[in-house]
Amino acid sequence: MRSSIQEDQEGGRNDGWTVGFASSSLFRPLMYALLISFLVLFYFYPLAAILRLSFFPEGQLSLEPLTALFRTSRYLRILWFTVWQAALSTLLTVALALPACYVFARYDFPGKSVIRALTTVPFVLPTMVVSLAFTAFLGPRGLLNAALMQILRLEQPPLELQHTVFIILLAHVFYNYTLVLRIVGEYWANLSSQLEEAARMLGAGRWRAIREITLPLLLPSIGAAALLVFVFDFTSFGVILVLGGPRFATLEVAIYRQTVHYLNLPLAAALSVVQILFTFVLMAVYTRLQAARSLPVELRSRQATQRRPQGWREKLLVVGNVMLMLLMLVLPLLALVQRSLTLGGSLSFGYYRALFSNPRGSAFYVPPVTAVRNSVTFALATVAISVALGLVAASLLERRGHGSSSRRWDGGTDRGDGSWLRAAWGRLRGGLDPILMLPLGTSAVTLGLGYIVALDEPPLDLRTSPLLVILAHTLVALPFVVRSVLPALRSIQPQLREAAAVMGASRWLVWREVDLPIVARAVIVGAVFAFTVSMGEFGATSLIARPERPTMPVAIFRFLGRPGTINYGQALAMSTLLMLVCTAGFLAIERFRVGGREEF
Amino acid sequence: MKRFRILGAAVLLIVTGCAPAAAPAEPPTPTSPPEPQTVRVMTHDSFDISEEVLTAFEEEHNASVEVLKAGDAGVVLNQAILSKDNPLADVLYGVDNTLLSRALNAEIFEPYESPMLEEIPDRLELDDEHRVLPVDYGDVCLNYDKAWFEEEGLAPPSNLETLTETEYEALTVVENPATSSPGLAFMLATIGHFGEENEYSWLDYWADLRENGVLVTEGWSEAYYEQFTYASGGSGDRPIVVSYASSPPVEVQFSEEPFDEAPTGVVVGNQSCFRQIEFVGVLRNAEHPELARAWIDFMLGETFQEDIPLHMFVFPANENADLPDVFAEFAVVPTDPVTLDYTAIEANREAWIEAWTETALR
Repeated sequence: MRSSIQEDQEGGRNDGWTVGFASSSLFRPLMYALLISFLVLFYFYPLAAILRLSFFPEGQLSLEPLTALFRTSRYLRILWFTVWQAALSTLLTVALALPACYVFARYDFPGKSVIRALTTVPFVLPTMVVSLAFTAFLGPRGLLNAALMQILRLEQPPLELQHTVFIILLAHVFYNYTLVLRIVGEYWANLSSQLEEAARMLGAGRWRAIREITLPLLLPSIGAAALLVFVFDFTSFGVILVLGGPRFATLEVAIYRQTVHYLNLPLAAALSVVQILFTFVLMAVYTRLQAARSLPVELRSRQATQRRPQGWREKLLVVGNVMLMLLMLVLPLLALVQRSLTLGGSLSFGYYRALFSNPRGSAFYVPPVTAVRNSVTFALATVAISVALGLVAASLLERRGHGSSSRRWDGGTDRGDGSWLRAAWGRLRGGLDPILMLPLGTSAVTLGLGYIVALDEPPLDLRTSPLLVILAHTLVALPFVVRSVLPALRSIQPQLREAAAVMGASRWLVWREVDLPIVARAVIVGAVFAFTVSMGEFGATSLIARPERPTMPVAIFRFLGRPGTINYGQALAMSTLLMLVCTAGFLAIERFRVGGREEF
Repeated sequence: MKRFRILGAAVLLIVTGCAPAAAPAEPPTPTSPPEPQTVRVMTHDSFDISEEVLTAFEEEHNASVEVLKAGDAGVVLNQAILSKDNPLADVLYGVDNTLLSRALNAEIFEPYESPMLEEIPDRLELDDEHRVLPVDYGDVCLNYDKAWFEEEGLAPPSNLETLTETEYEALTVVENPATSSPGLAFMLATIGHFGEENEYSWLDYWADLRENGVLVTEGWSEAYYEQFTYASGGSGDRPIVVSYASSPPVEVQFSEEPFDEAPTGVVVGNQSCFRQIEFVGVLRNAEHPELARAWIDFMLGETFQEDIPLHMFVFPANENADLPDVFAEFAVVPTDPVTLDYTAIEANREAWIEAWTETALR
């Protein structure tokens, strides 16, 4: 963004924008400092505190917990399982979602935004609720088995998925499908189809054109989505524990067991270190490949790339994909909704009414309105902070992405003053991308305990503050915003910015008029994920004792923790409410437009 | 250097930006003399009590009670241990006899010999130094679906041994002791019942259970709401589940239809249940130790104790506390539950769970 041309311009410019903002050379470093201090205070410092406690028990370094890991093959086996199930889950998720990405990118059809919103609902649901849904849908006496038994006239249920690796894979697809659909689908939607059409005109078939022209152009966004999916599956916890059953364990599960049930913090910390290192190496490799690969491409507004499906082939493609999505993602949810509305065998709102009453005058009764308000407040705050920090991070990282062009710019600006500082800064930036992703690959148990150890004194005694919830959610949400925005930012052709700068636009004006409209959709994708991350109570704070500000997932856990059909029913009713609030939230965020411009 | 200054400025910015939001969580600054103090109670997610009872304490002591919850008892204990120099709360409630040894070894509690201990039976008091005081107890037992056994014409199980008989194949679901508190309790019941050294040891029992198709889930909710025939809305096929002796009265209480008898039964005879006792204690370095002791007296008093069963589904430790009708009518209390020495539980927990995992899962 900072071209030499532009810098020369700045000296002489004096309009309202530049004076207060961009011309102040402090603005950019200040934003970076904010981002870095956020990471240091709420990620590295707590993490270091808990690791210090584990590896320096009496002020002496003890690597005993780390060596203990490799004394038996047990933890290597766990690591191996963690990796292969994550890789397979990611492959499956991407393979199943890509056709739908195409359909969503190229065709316009009724109900599209509602279907897209529904596919994101699984992402926020607590595993316990998904497990109930899966059992109701896929269990030995579930809807699907019952239907198959009737159709095929079988005595025994044909699908035995309970506590198998298959149900783990299915659940991972169920959860993360939306990541691919949104990140790749949105990117694809703005990709010009000219090259593809040219290839077809030259005689390439539809699939060949996609394979050889479109897929390579899509790679940055597919990579970004696959990476997020992989990290989520790699650190999978609830799905493995609850659906996989006791025979399966990922690193995260092992960390949880060691911490909570064997109270063996050093071993848990050692496992955490392995998990973090693996994530870091993966991220570092990925970011190298990614930065080298991404090209500025020609983007088109979606009015130019989307149309109604025509002819039976296209219609079949659209309908087929939508049906598959409904079957995989929406039907299990409907099984829950149906149960929440069934009381004593007939349709009833009894469980919903029960949500609004507190018959035994409990001090911890959660009125549904309060739960919704708390959840939404936390989520909106998370969206605001993570989008702001995410844009800062993405624009910082983006400068590495332009290959020769960016090198030329840097060369232009480097006039020998403080070059070592610049070099150091460059290296720091190089490491920033993988570092930003680390919170996703870090065990929530470890980080949560780190908060307790580290943030215990004023002015940082945040242990019981609601702010900690928002900060921890932001830590997890930030990578989603960065990964969504970065491919779009890198796709911007530098000529556009150069042209704007030549014509006298300030840095801020360039950003607002060139960058923002192009990345707006990507920002919205990031915002949707930040919202879901917070609504689904991801993050280390779920393990920190704090005063009651019960959210919807908390209320659901409470109902599921006690016997009684009314409690069970209320858990289902609250889950349905959670789905509704999320769907409404997604639709609302997506309506957000930047200044009513033509949609990119 | 300039960069570091900027970084420092930004840190300051974040910190000061945080301060106003963090303020409400702290006790208000003293303005007029009788300012109410706040007692902080750290506990697990299952803690619940009436608003009315809480208010009674607050009015009596001109205090407010702030309850901090996070996860299950194991997580909470970890937090208390890690924050023991600068505790999150004044009182910790919810450590049970399976975690007690760990809590006492970490020296997080300050002894307090409450006058209310007179009303509590000695058998529930495990710590002679009164660092922890018993509040309530509950028995983890096998529950069964009465209607299912009636329909099948099979006798409901009467003791642990029944489950390994061929007629009872694939009828039982239990929780994993490595991740679930009732799961651990039930494993301890089998250890107490069959012993470690006997000719037919607890591990032989688990090998037979496995042979007979026992299903293991990670937690109570999955076992009860997904696998147990009575509570799973038709999706489960296991009529026997590891739950609590108090589950049947709770089923009656939280049902949309009135019952003459509880829909589920409990196997109570012949050392087949494990008794969990929950404790409370004043945390070391507590900010308001006096108020903390007052809160403990209150927890052990009749008002609080009588409110326990319908909110936490366990039995009050205070013998003078009356049980609510639904408990008096539908609850069964095992006469000879298994009790194991709490130090032995801590010493062997990991080895036992390992052995169990080898036998029942691998």
